[in-house]
Amino acid sequence: MKAEGKVFKYGDNVDTDVIIPARYLNSSDPKELALHCMEDIDKDFVNNVKQGDIIVADKNFGCGSSREHAPIAIKAAGVSCVIAETFARIFYRNSINIGLPIMECPEAAKAIKAGDEVEVDFDSGVITDKTTGESFKAQPFPEFMQEIIKAEGLINYINSKK
Amino acid sequence: MGMTMTQKILANGAGLEKVEAGQLIMAKLNLVLGNDITSPVAIHEMEKFTSKGVFDKDKIALVPDHFVPNKDIKSAEHCKCVREFANKNDITNYFEVGEMGIEHALLPEKGLTVPGDVIIGADSHTCTYGALGAFSTGVGSTDMAAGMATGEAWFKVPSAIKFNLVGKPAKWISGKDIILHIIGLIGVDGALYRSMEFVGEGIKYLSMDDRFTIANMAIEAGGKNGIFPVDDQTVAYLKEHTKREYKVFEADADAHYDEEYTIELDKLKPTVSFPHLPENTHTIDEVGDIKIDQVVIGSCTNGRLEDMRVAASILKGRHIAKGMRCIVIPATQNVYLQCMEEGLLKTFIESGCVVSTPTCGPCLGGYMGILAEGERCVSTTNRNFVGRMGHINSEIYLASPAVAAASAVRGCIAGPEDI
Repeated sequence: MKAEGKVFKYGDNVDTDVIIPARYLNSSDPKELALHCMEDIDKDFVNNVKQGDIIVADKNFGCGSSREHAPIAIKAAGVSCVIAETFARIFYRNSINIGLPIMECPEAAKAIKAGDEVEVDFDSGVITDKTTGESFKAQPFPEFMQEIIKAEGLINYINSKK
Repeated sequence: MGMTMTQKILANGAGLEKVEAGQLIMAKLNLVLGNDITSPVAIHEMEKFTSKGVFDKDKIALVPDHFVPNKDIKSAEHCKCVREFANKNDITNYFEVGEMGIEHALLPEKGLTVPGDVIIGADSHTCTYGALGAFSTGVGSTDMAAGMATGEAWFKVPSAIKFNLVGKPAKWISGKDIILHIIGLIGVDGALYRSMEFVGEGIKYLSMDDRFTIANMAIEAGGKNGIFPVDDQTVAYLKEHTKREYKVFEADADAHYDEEYTIELDKLKPTVSFPHLPENTHTIDEVGDIKIDQVVIGSCTNGRLEDMRVAASILKGRHIAKGMRCIVIPATQNVYLQCMEEGLLKTFIESGCVVSTPTCGPCLGGYMGILAEGERCVSTTNRNFVGRMGHINSEIYLASPAVAAASAVRGCIAGPEDI
């Protein structure tokens, strides 16, 4: 499986309050949440993002609240993958559980620039910046998490085990 | 090599003799928690399971607390969804408006969290119960759904950082100052994926309310959990609040810690986190003259009885500054009642504060104290991210109840010694 798209680049400690502000948490509809994704850090994001685009950020992406609405909003906005130096642990778990592909790769997070065209190969973990020609290898997921990802989320995984 | 306190609890929960850092385990859950924001997503996910129903109606806690009493129609629909699910599944620990409180203040008070428990909650501040010697951690709605259906959750066994607390804190130094100091020291991702284990002779000077505040903010350093050993104070608290049996775990003497810090409690000063990250800490003597518009005293971090007492002790016989709004939110109905019986409500009202029913409202910019553009708030809550309490150009300064109350009186950020 591969993803390809244009990069939206952010810095350290992008928190779940800016990914989806709590004032919109009176809804749990993915489409409605997507309309406000990244609003408090990048008000143009929702107007510019296209299906398949990629978010690249520095360390501790998704810190703060446990709201699953954050990866849900990102996924529903059309983002195909989030690459970061590190992820906050609840966001990391939530992304795997809902089937939003994420990759931990400090080198890629550092080198890739906003607007670059990037391709991600989920099977090999290779991230290629097609704009610069550079490629990077992401940390592989433990086998158990790969199974959840293959099942497209935790609930399908649990159902398949019964 | 021995195990940390957290590792021992997880090994017990997973039915294993021994676990080590990095190992993936399935552990049995003693409690699964959700609120009015996270539970509706989990309840919707529950429908996708091939097996129906919940694993144990006594081991699930549903606490509408974020946007209640319902702030708008959409929030009312969410609460209705949670209420109907609780009724349908005969959930023992569903707490309706009138008996609810902010979840992390409420559950220990109701005796639902005890030492040795493995607890997950679809709220990041679920780590609060580590104050009682439980393993508890925040998860998302899908994990909550899986927990409610199966009674189990997967965990990657964390490594740990040890915080050795020594010395006796000075008069106005609270759990809030200690945890803000620690977050300032290690940063908002300083404990990422790891346990924060608090030990040392200084712990005996910390009340249970101080410990709840400290464990509560472990997540603000990226921690998976924060945990305290069980001592006489813990046992006394449990005796007052629960009839549940519990098992006490202690870290092995040869447990491995990635890092160790010594925190000299007697040297700490009142500490304030500046916008827009909890790690931006300054001691009160370095703050300077910062005018503020609003003060919030409450939340799962600092809405307990001791917090109310400290705030009232500063506000008594004084009035908040002209033009200031001070919002006081006792965290549970029981704390509210105690405030009434001790005359604290009278103090708050006479000093010009408004007192609210329990809600998380202002902490996350939901309602009950939203900030306008350019406004500044001193808040006893836990996060000061961009836009957290309202407009993206508003500012939040995190502090203890003592600093918050003193700041309300002075109209600028001030310590309790400054009034």
